[in-house]
Amino acid sequence: MDVHAEAFKEEAYELLAELETSLLELEERPDDSEVVGRVFRAMHTIKGSGAMFGFDAVSEFTHEVETAFDRVREGFIQVTPELISLTLQARDKILDLLDNGGDGQDAEARQIVKDFQRICCCRESCQTETSAPKTTGSGPSPASGSRTYRIRFKPVPSLFVSGSNPLLLLAELQEMGESTVIAHLDTIPMLDEYVPEECYTFWDIILTTDKDENGIRDVFIFVEDLCELRIDVIYEEGDFEEHEEYKRLGEILIERGDISAEALNEIIGQQQRLGEKLVQSRTVEQSRIDAALLEQEHIKKIREKAQPKAKAASSIRVDSTRLDNLVDLVGELVTVQARLTQKADGAQDPDLLLIAEEVERLTTELRDNTMSIRMLPIGSTFSKFRRLVRDLSRDLGKEIEMTTEGAETELDKTVIDQLNDPLVHIIRNSLDHGIESPQARLAAGKGKGGTVHLSARHSGAFVLIEIRDDGAGLDPEKLRAKAVSKGLIAADADLSKEECYALILAAGFSTAEKVTDVSGRGVGMDVVKRSIDNLRGEIGIHSELGVGTTITLKLPLTLAIIDGLLVKISADFFVIPLSMVDECIELTREEAFLAKKRSMMTFRNDIFSYINLRDSFAISGEPPAIERVVLANVKGERIGFGVDQVIGQHQTVIKTLSNVYKDVSGISGATILGDGTVALVLDVNQLVQDNTHGA
Amino acid sequence: MAKNIITVDDSASVRQMVSFTLKGAGYGVVEAGDGKEALAKLTGNKVDMVITDLNMPNMNGIELIKALRANPLYKFVPIVLLTTESQDAKKQEGRAAGATGWIVKPFKPDQLLSVVKKVLG
Repeated sequence: MDVHAEAFKEEAYELLAELETSLLELEERPDDSEVVGRVFRAMHTIKGSGAMFGFDAVSEFTHEVETAFDRVREGFIQVTPELISLTLQARDKILDLLDNGGDGQDAEARQIVKDFQRICCCRESCQTETSAPKTTGSGPSPASGSRTYRIRFKPVPSLFVSGSNPLLLLAELQEMGESTVIAHLDTIPMLDEYVPEECYTFWDIILTTDKDENGIRDVFIFVEDLCELRIDVIYEEGDFEEHEEYKRLGEILIERGDISAEALNEIIGQQQRLGEKLVQSRTVEQSRIDAALLEQEHIKKIREKAQPKAKAASSIRVDSTRLDNLVDLVGELVTVQARLTQKADGAQDPDLLLIAEEVERLTTELRDNTMSIRMLPIGSTFSKFRRLVRDLSRDLGKEIEMTTEGAETELDKTVIDQLNDPLVHIIRNSLDHGIESPQARLAAGKGKGGTVHLSARHSGAFVLIEIRDDGAGLDPEKLRAKAVSKGLIAADADLSKEECYALILAAGFSTAEKVTDVSGRGVGMDVVKRSIDNLRGEIGIHSELGVGTTITLKLPLTLAIIDGLLVKISADFFVIPLSMVDECIELTREEAFLAKKRSMMTFRNDIFSYINLRDSFAISGEPPAIERVVLANVKGERIGFGVDQVIGQHQTVIKTLSNVYKDVSGISGATILGDGTVALVLDVNQLVQDNTHGA
Repeated sequence: MAKNIITVDDSASVRQMVSFTLKGAGYGVVEAGDGKEALAKLTGNKVDMVITDLNMPNMNGIELIKALRANPLYKFVPIVLLTTESQDAKKQEGRAAGATGWIVKPFKPDQLLSVVKKVLG
């Protein structure tokens, strides 16, 4: 701040000098409004900036002078020789305050202030003016405990023209506590009357917070005059007894002013669910009903939350085999449910269909719940590595710090268990080969200490785990030469940078000049790859020479049950993991013939690799006239898989294949369909690899 | 991408303070000494937010807001006015011209940041 204070002082000196000239000018031409403006601005700036940089005395004192000139500017007082000499006196005082400090409360200063106040006699108006944005948070109601508010925020249509963004305000509210936001869209007009620059939506927000009403109003401070804002306290902690029900739907609507009591009574008389009836009779819009129902829900949630405090959070430890059994049973249930759905679809019986749908919904919920029981945060694994990094870096004589991110990311327990070893390998590699010794780092112009960063985050149905170091990075040429000398690739093999990096995953590959205790025996990365493959995951390697290496593990959230796309070739069924599928398209026989010949296909002017699964699996028989192609996203590349028929989405309970079949390439498991047929789950990555290598 | 903010103020020290605070929070900052200069600097360069003083030579804050709101590029850009507590009426005038919000001088760096966050996200 000292630099700023100096800057302010310098500026103030300039302003004071300018002020002096302006005042003298003003003495000659008292009516020149431009000069008055200049004087005012100078005072204004000194005051505003002064307070900001800690010159409170200067600022307070200048305020009086500024006020006087504000009145002059507005034509309330005349410029008199007395005013000018007084201002000059004040100017000298400001200079004095700037140079020598002081609180501006000495006799001289007070006299000047008094004289000014006498001249402008505007004290009362100065004092009544308040600074709106600094509305004090401490209102009459002390903020004790949390309260739940109902806030209706109805902006005027022209809200956007003032540059305000209502979503930011809602986000700010959401930061204050638990909230439920309901947008009312029923005021949006039809398209032909719609003006895109106007705001038609309004919001109800149910907010539970420990802030008081003023705190909430502060959020809307800039739009106060641009909106209709209603804030009501609807629930205070300890407001009602545990078993008492919260307000009924009708009560809420009346409170909100969405309906009158008479209209409500009339409708209640008609015996039907109130919500439905109200909408039917067009008394209240559907969205208002939804909003009121959400309010009930919110309060219920808040109350539930408040209660366990007394009971203490309870958890039980369960043997993990019991959990595994539960997952297996849920898997069976999903299979049976698929059968039921299929049967019901065929039976044309609406009652049966209804039951089937109900079962389907319950099964899905049961599945998700069971899976979530198995989810554990990855943080515990991360923290284990802290020690590893510390000990290893000491052994290696390096200074390495480990940072983590996303420790709360949840993963299936099985995945986490199987992830430990691969991660240890990768981190060891980073420490040993990646990060250079302190001397080498200094020579390369980097900081002495290196960093290993571990992060985990969700991405769709996957979790991405990243191990990033700021070490030397991988040298593609070196990797290549090594691989050639080890006989892993041909000397003239044409490899991209990424393919070179991937070489470190090959069996029998080790780049370290010397085998160390830590890593570098050439087993390790290939083991890592195998473990990750077993988890149906992928490994991505990015590196920049001299900057560092990032290894990304992309892992499925869970192993046991996935969403798949069921396809059919001849009489056989296959499942492609839905998370990889982009879209399904059709090819005519001629197009399919060409695609097969070239292993390429075009679609929407893009060229993709094409793999015909009928050929891959050597299934005999005549392909249909129109072939379906499933476009899948494999490691960032789009690849088309030719199949006969696309059946649709299928909840796939993955069963591992027996030992006899476990080495079959391109198949990662099997699942049982509703009618008992077995469908094979495709290992899309492997299929692509096999096909590109074969070509 | 970092968001860009222009600070318009005839006081160099206020500009310095605003710019220092915003840069520290990761925003890009453009400075201008008055409304005219601001308009010149904004032609061809889009910023995401404008923070302007009220009283400035050549073109004051209100005039600047009016000019900006008339430009389709800046019709919906948040504009925050720096005022002092004695200018309540000016605040209304600023609002009428299309100001999004205001900050009362003197203000502390974190007050500035909280307002920026409020209108810019």
